[in-house]
Amino acid sequence: MTAPAHDDKHVSWRGRSEQADAERTSAELDDAEAIKELRSRSRRLLGSMMRPHKRSIAALVLILLGQNVATMTAPILVMYGIDHGIPAITDRDDYSVMIAVAVAFAAAAALEYVCMRLYIVQSAKVGNAMLYALRNRVFWKFQRLSVAFHERFTSGRVTARQSSDMESIRELTENGVDDLVLAAMNVVTIAVVMLVIEPLLAVVSLLTFPLMLLLGKWFSRVSAIAYRKARETVALLIVYFVESMGGVRAVQAYRREDRDREIFGRLNYDNRFAQAKGHQQNAIMAGGMRGIGHLATVVVLLFGGWQIMLGNTEIGVLAAFLLYMKRFFDPLNELVQFYNVLQSATAALEKLSGVMDEKIEVAEPENPKRIESPRGELRFENVRFHYREDQVVLPGLDLHVPGGQTVALVGATGAGKTTIAKLVSRFYDPRGGTVRLDGVDLRDLSESDLREGVVMITQENFLFNGTIAENIELGRPGATRDQIVEAARVVGADEFIEELPDGYDTHVRKRGGRLSAGQRQLVVFARAFLADPRVLILDEATSSLDIPSERLVQRALRTILADRTAIIIAHRLSTVEIADRVLVLESGRIIEDGPPESLIDSGGQYAELHRQWEDSLV
Amino acid sequence: MRRYLYPYRYRLALLWTMVLLNICAGLAVPPLVGAAIDGPITDGDLGALWVFAGVIAGVGALDAVLNLIRRYFQTATAMAIEADIREAVYEHLQRLHTGFHDRWQTGQLLARVTVDLGMVRRFFAGGMVFAISSTGMTIIIMVQLFWIEWRLALIVAVAAVPLFLIGRGFFRNYLPAARKEQDQSGEVSSAAEESANGIRAIKALGRGPLMADRFEKEAEKLRVLGIRKNLIAAKSWSAFGAIASTMLGSTLVIGAIMVANGQLTPGLLTAFIMLQLNLLWPIEAAGWVMAHGNEAMSAADRVYEVLDTEPTIRDRPGAKAVDRSSIRGKLAFEGVRFSFDDDDREVLRGVDLEVRPGETLAIAGRTGSGKTTLVSLPSRLNDPTGGRITLDGTDIRDLKLESLRSVVTTAFEEATLFSMSVRENLALGRPNADEHDVEQAVRVAQAEFVYDLPYGLDTRIGEQGLSLSGGQRQRLALARAVVVRPAVLVLDDPLSALDVHTEELVEKALEQVLVDTTALVVVHRPSTVALADRVALLHEGRIAAIGTHSELMEGSPEYVDVLSAEAEGVAA
Ligand SMILES: Nc1ncnc2c1ncn2[C@@H]1O[C@H](COP(=O)(O)OP(=O)(O)OP(=O)(O)O)[C@@H](O)[C@H]1O
Ligand SMILES: Nc1ncnc2c1ncn2[C@@H]1O[C@H](COP(=O)(O)OP(=O)(O)OP(=O)(O)O)[C@@H](O)[C@H]1O
Ligand SMILES: [Mg+2]
Ligand SMILES: [Mg+2]
Repeated sequence: MTAPAHDDKHVSWRGRSEQADAERTSAELDDAEAIKELRSRSRRLLGSMMRPHKRSIAALVLILLGQNVATMTAPILVMYGIDHGIPAITDRDDYSVMIAVAVAFAAAAALEYVCMRLYIVQSAKVGNAMLYALRNRVFWKFQRLSVAFHERFTSGRVTARQSSDMESIRELTENGVDDLVLAAMNVVTIAVVMLVIEPLLAVVSLLTFPLMLLLGKWFSRVSAIAYRKARETVALLIVYFVESMGGVRAVQAYRREDRDREIFGRLNYDNRFAQAKGHQQNAIMAGGMRGIGHLATVVVLLFGGWQIMLGNTEIGVLAAFLLYMKRFFDPLNELVQFYNVLQSATAALEKLSGVMDEKIEVAEPENPKRIESPRGELRFENVRFHYREDQVVLPGLDLHVPGGQTVALVGATGAGKTTIAKLVSRFYDPRGGTVRLDGVDLRDLSESDLREGVVMITQENFLFNGTIAENIELGRPGATRDQIVEAARVVGADEFIEELPDGYDTHVRKRGGRLSAGQRQLVVFARAFLADPRVLILDEATSSLDIPSERLVQRALRTILADRTAIIIAHRLSTVEIADRVLVLESGRIIEDGPPESLIDSGGQYAELHRQWEDSLV
Repeated sequence: MRRYLYPYRYRLALLWTMVLLNICAGLAVPPLVGAAIDGPITDGDLGALWVFAGVIAGVGALDAVLNLIRRYFQTATAMAIEADIREAVYEHLQRLHTGFHDRWQTGQLLARVTVDLGMVRRFFAGGMVFAISSTGMTIIIMVQLFWIEWRLALIVAVAAVPLFLIGRGFFRNYLPAARKEQDQSGEVSSAAEESANGIRAIKALGRGPLMADRFEKEAEKLRVLGIRKNLIAAKSWSAFGAIASTMLGSTLVIGAIMVANGQLTPGLLTAFIMLQLNLLWPIEAAGWVMAHGNEAMSAADRVYEVLDTEPTIRDRPGAKAVDRSSIRGKLAFEGVRFSFDDDDREVLRGVDLEVRPGETLAIAGRTGSGKTTLVSLPSRLNDPTGGRITLDGTDIRDLKLESLRSVVTTAFEEATLFSMSVRENLALGRPNADEHDVEQAVRVAQAEFVYDLPYGLDTRIGEQGLSLSGGQRQRLALARAVVVRPAVLVLDDPLSALDVHTEELVEKALEQVLVDTTALVVVHRPSTVALADRVALLHEGRIAAIGTHSELMEGSPEYVDVLSAEAEGVAA
């Protein structure tokens, strides 16, 4: 194993990971086969987005058709007015034609107005509804994906999918779909008109069509790659941004600003060129299209001129024809620009379809089993677990925790205590063996049954943006204010909460930055208390508390845990004292098991720990 | 804005020249075609027709190539400017104090550097070019119209009045609507970001459905705002179209009457109307361009909202630099008071404290008593609202921030690791640390586990270090602070996640480091107090007692209450 070269600063900072590529979704690979799969995936996603709006979309097309008719008639009416209306007035003093034209004109204008207004409103409704549904679907998908997935995918990528990818699609729905349809209609209409007035010339001018197709094909091929790349670079940028802003305190305290800026600058630079690439390919295509337009003009001019010289056609026809050609190519140039937005949105859709198709590793069972008699009994049967192949965390755990028992897990850091807790909460599924709650394999339990039964307080004390009351309420959505206050009171959090300017309605700010570490922990504790599950797992739930607060919490625990199964992980043995049973864990194996008093007497590891701990008390 | 455009002034000038040339080349083609028809084709001169065809092909090719090159570089330039601004915003955000960051959701900041900047860029590269060139075209056409028949042209000009009025109303309504939508879109990103970061907390409680509900509410707001914005747009845009059509219809009818009265020839009317047709598209597109302009404006506003927030913690004029070798490490708090921005209650109400060079001072106190706040002051993560802090007798605000933070280093109570290699995390505060320094720090923090990771120090640790155990994270954060070898080391509850045995090992190793380092250590447990020479008790915003542990155990009932109750807890 060689260390990466240190002068290659731009790569080595990220470090290495076995899952170097796995941090993308599996649908984001880029070999030919995968891309084909990707295309059909994103098409399926698009289809499923549009299906509920089939009718509205059909209506939209009709509206556009109406608008197209209205806009196309205006010039025709003008011509008609000039050619027939004016002569009628001058020659016969007959105003009727002109009046008819004026009325038709007003009607066309009104139709245009109505159609346009309807179209904008309707398309906004459909577009926003589609985005809304997509956002929710993606969100829900991310919620169901496993913790292991989130570990490699990172929150920055989740954010990228929900922000910049969605934005790409929004841009598509907001700009240009109507232009696309109108331009397409226009092109078809004019092609037909040209074929009617002078088929031979039309065929000659349409000879350039294959060239355009080739150009279009080229663009769609290369730009798909470019935009796909750009989605990736912008995601990397977002990941770095989110992470370095989330840890800005450490960045400032450790003067990492320069280094961060260097790395961010590098990602920014990569992204800049990746983004530019697609646009530049589009510029080539636009230029090419213009060139082809001019080429067609030259060909028609030459051929038409020759035909005129041969006496096969007339000058007027050629002139009209050339005008039509201009009207044929101008909207095409518009379309080219639209293509850009389309390709970018397609790339975004591909990314999103990758998320939607990601397999859920820790999935809910299709036919969940019900727990017959809920007691809160836990059973580990030969459970094996590892995060990485080469480093087994739990080599084979057998454990039975009868309902209502309070078990303390102690052991050196890294022994696997949290891992056990995470298995009970089904963050991960065991690699071998089974974990059962009240006799039912966790894999056979529905999500809601499992969460009703098992609640864990994690080591991280995560608070959400919102008020203190809202954060506590997460334990039991819909809890009354009285229940919330009661929960806070029991764990001893009420005292500081009431001192805050807005009491329970104090906003805790991002990640609870408004509170001290201990206060955050108390809020999280109150949350778990409110949840009132059969099995409660406390992972270092009191590590940041001062001793008086801890004592209060312990007193509360004694009552709360009386009729509940609990797994308490703690380094402070004072917390362990309230347990019925202590398990000493070493490298994922239980080496001692018994009531605390008897373990102290037995003179094993726990006795040693206990002695050390007592020494540390002064 | 100008600041960001300035470096590109030559490129931009070149671009605009190309735009002009491009328009000229584009305009040259139709007259040439006309000339070809009137000349060689009418005359039946095939040879001359070939010449014309050649010329047209040449001009056409020039037009196409100019167009290509212009757009190619226009894109590059716009992207470059966007990237520059993004970097400037990033740099600015880095300098804003933590209070700002607590208040701003990451998703909102993110929206500003991605989506908003993108909108501004797109307007500059697309909408604005279009607006300017179509304004120019409109003026040229209007002049020609007045030339042909001024009375009819007046009708056309009159149409500008409702256009202007509607446009003004549009600005008034659309701008705030666009702003609201953008703000809400930031909220949606924030919700997504938070739900991903808190995925463990959510799963542990089984609150996925609840979070999805909440997210749906935010997304619903965004949906409604998006529709509302378009309702406003629909009103004005369709009116634009109608006005353009009405204008055309009126000129036609009135023109016809004028022709009938012999005031105008049919030929002139035809020419007039043909020309006028060219005005339709710019008018109809005006709504779209204005919408983009509005969106870009409010997006730029949002970006400036961040850029205009002044960093409150920065160098005073004439600040001096210090370095590790010249610092003895005498740290003194003199009547230090502190209250958070929008909270009138003071957390610290006159802290007087002196830490002697090389001394290790423990700070004890109840949960929420202000320990973390106090120890965030020496490295100026916050500035006191009253009193001052001196390092070797100099007010720390008279020291260069950068250099101050290189001599005062903090290990936070939460580890705050980054998803980078272990080495990068360790060397955060000292990028040039060599293998030996790193090794030593790892040993002090008992973090040898890093060598057992799959790629050793080059292993990437997960986001926020979550692929490590709690104790491993904390030890890594400790090692990170130790690597810096600062004059003043601040450790905020550094051993809370360690088991008793490991804690003892870390303490032993730390003692050696702390011999010649001034240290502030926030403690919650009696065991950690062993590290300290003296202990200060923070109570109600002041230092209530200070002395050695045994002195305080005897002399300070509050201290006993905070620190030694554990023995009582066991007894109970
Ligand atoms: N998400 C993860 N990915 C990879 N390895 C992990 C992950 N989580 C934990 N580990 C590793 O698994 C081992 C056990 O971790 P665990 O979190 O269970 O320890 P612990 O007993 O809770 O320790 P502590 O007391 O420090 O919290 C550690 O070596 C850790 O590095
Ligand atoms: N950003 C903030 N804005 C307003 N008030 C705050 C902010 N951060 C902390 N506080 C309040 O200031 C007080 C002191 O907080 P601090 O984090 O310094 O406590 P602490 O002594 O470190 O507590 P702990 O032992 O729990 O870590 C608390 O009451 C807290 O609610
Ligand atoms: Mg743990
Ligand atoms: Mg604190």
